[in-house]
Amino acid sequence: MRYEAPDSVEGAVALLAGATGDARVLAGGTDLLVQMRADMLDPELIVDIKKISETRAVTEEKGGWRIGAAVTGAELKEHTRLKKAWPGVVEAANLIGSTQVQGRATLGGNLCNGSPAADSVPALIAAGAVATLAGPQGRRDLPVEDVMLGPRKLALQKGEIVVSFLLPPKALRSSDAYLRFIPRTEMDIAVVGAGVSLTVDASGIITTARVGLGAVAARVLLVTKAAQAIIGSGLDEAAQARLEAAARAACRPIDDKRGTVDFRVDVAAVLTRRAALIALDRARAN
Amino acid sequence: MAKHHIHAQVNGDKVEYLCETEETLLDVLRDTLHLTGSKEGCASGDCGACSVMLDGRLVCSCLVLGCEMNGRKVETIEGMAQGETLHPLQQRFLEHAALQCGICTPGFLVASKALLERNNDPTETEVRYWLAGNLCRCTGYDKIVTAVMDTAAAMRKG
Repeated sequence: MRYEAPDSVEGAVALLAGATGDARVLAGGTDLLVQMRADMLDPELIVDIKKISETRAVTEEKGGWRIGAAVTGAELKEHTRLKKAWPGVVEAANLIGSTQVQGRATLGGNLCNGSPAADSVPALIAAGAVATLAGPQGRRDLPVEDVMLGPRKLALQKGEIVVSFLLPPKALRSSDAYLRFIPRTEMDIAVVGAGVSLTVDASGIITTARVGLGAVAARVLLVTKAAQAIIGSGLDEAAQARLEAAARAACRPIDDKRGTVDFRVDVAAVLTRRAALIALDRARAN
Repeated sequence: MAKHHIHAQVNGDKVEYLCETEETLLDVLRDTLHLTGSKEGCASGDCGACSVMLDGRLVCSCLVLGCEMNGRKVETIEGMAQGETLHPLQQRFLEHAALQCGICTPGFLVASKALLERNNDPTETEVRYWLAGNLCRCTGYDKIVTAVMDTAAAMRKG
């Protein structure tokens, strides 16, 4: 098993594109090393992207924020300005694993691990985050909701990596929130995760919204109808009921040890409503 | 394929070692450097028994590759006491009987030290969340949490 730690995006892409066997990107390793240990994976090549400065930086860009794919959850938590701008994205990232896991886990890894229950992904989708990919053909931007196709299946081509994420400029009176349900208080995988991002006008009426739902389908969903259900409202009870109905309608979950289909659909509705109410409170306070 | 030749720092000492790609930092610490204080409980990042500080950040050493370590600094449980003088956390873990079999104890100590270096006045809830990635099957946690809170109180008094 080869290990390479190139210091440029081009170097990483060349290594991955030239690999003859299974090649894996190492960011935080909190999924990759576990899967190698469990003999689920036996890559011929590991490309560590943490020496590439672009993947490790959080920078302001065009009024928004660019987050490197290999920035850790602990680093996001300590970034006061990012946390103020996108509290939902940061709180979602910080729900992944323990303090120890937060010291290593990354947004790029959480997305590219390809789990429908990834905590940061519904929040990134709700935020309208765009992933910047680099590959043998050059760079391209892909909305986060289009990166994952299904469990462990990504839209990335051979040799392509996620370099960073761009969170759009924050409108006045806007905010976001993420909630997940697990049977315990810490250290578990989401039964359902719901991210909501929204903007209100001066009178408190919602003008834009995005809703992301995790662990209720084969991929993390952007639920446009849920967003439409609350745009133009002040999230009164009728709008909350519409939001819940739209969230329910979007769910296509599985039964497993963490929850039944019916339970997941119910929880998705409740969490979407609660996340929307938190995002609304935050937006009005901005 | 040739082994990786790594230069790193462990508990303030320069070390160099050879390792295979598959070897974790925990494997290197225990099997190559013979620092067996860090324990392997789960090898999947769930139990925290292998907790170490990597460049000032609390991590599970079972989730770090040995070959990632060039130029990096690790602090393990072996670096916690100063000679014969126990760290205040070690002393209070003893006083409160915050351990029984002891397998999880190095991880709890390293993780608790990391918390108190950031926050010397944590609430009980903060202690419990910070330590949620450290599993103990003996104590029921209360004695551990009490020992950490008591150490924090003593450290605040100086």
